[in-house]
Amino acid sequence: MAAYFDPSPTVPGGAAIALEEVEVSILRSLVVQLLELIGPGPAENDDPLAELFAEGPSEAPSDPALARLFPDAYSGPGRKPDAEAEALSAEFRRFTENDLRARKREDGLAVVRSLDSLVPDGSGGAVLTLAPEQSRQWLGTLNDLRLTLASRLHVTSEDDSAALYELDDEDPRKPLVMAYLWLGGLQESLVETLAV
Amino acid sequence: MRFAFAPGGGGSMEHVTVPVEIERPEVTGASEPVAEPDVPWVTLVHNDPVNLMSYVTYVFQAYFGYSKDKARRLMLDVHNKGRAVVSSGSREEMERDVQAMHGYGLWATLSQDR
Repeated sequence: MAAYFDPSPTVPGGAAIALEEVEVSILRSLVVQLLELIGPGPAENDDPLAELFAEGPSEAPSDPALARLFPDAYSGPGRKPDAEAEALSAEFRRFTENDLRARKREDGLAVVRSLDSLVPDGSGGAVLTLAPEQSRQWLGTLNDLRLTLASRLHVTSEDDSAALYELDDEDPRKPLVMAYLWLGGLQESLVETLAV
Repeated sequence: MRFAFAPGGGGSMEHVTVPVEIERPEVTGASEPVAEPDVPWVTLVHNDPVNLMSYVTYVFQAYFGYSKDKARRLMLDVHNKGRAVVSSGSREEMERDVQAMHGYGLWATLSQDR
């Protein structure tokens, strides 16, 4: 059954986990989907200078998961922003969202790379060891994945969150919920290895 | 296991380039948000049912350099009161903090503490 992160016995401040082949495959698939959702950066249009000069969008993403990953900066949850807050949030977004997307993309790519570099043992499983900087990237990506899954599962309150533990086995949401809870265990155990 | 279905192919539309010259209506003094220099701005972090308490505490320690006790106290404030002020300073500083919080996946906003 699912393993969790422990402090690495070999890398100071690092973390290690024994992953089964199917776990590696699910994780990789989820992260690749997250990368697809975040989308390519403006520099991927051939022109290397494009990213430097490109302004970000001024409107919040229409996809609810992306809207949660890139929230308004001047109006919090459950509050209708006034015109001034809307304008300020739009300006903030123009100057920050591209950088935020780039960071999330880099973290996700680092996770995929670390999964792809695993050397399988006889059973197809492998031990993944993360240096502290990689742990930081994994934490960010695990969190983005959980936010995205929670959005797809319509988890908006603590009650919604508690209800996930009581789904019937036949519930069509069950596979996503299992993934969501597993990612939570991975993230929790990884945070503990970084306890400052 | 797919969750990243792009509704109506919206994914690529997120990247529509915004013209650099934004047409601005004539600004009258009243509508422009004039920051009062001696009134500090604050960064607020809002509660959500997804972020782990241990992760939020870690973020407050790692980014702000707060002690474990202070970070945990702020995390509990967010959790119990729905939101908490996690830093204060100039508007530019708070925009930096908010952007960093968004990078970590926390829901943060800035406002003027009046």
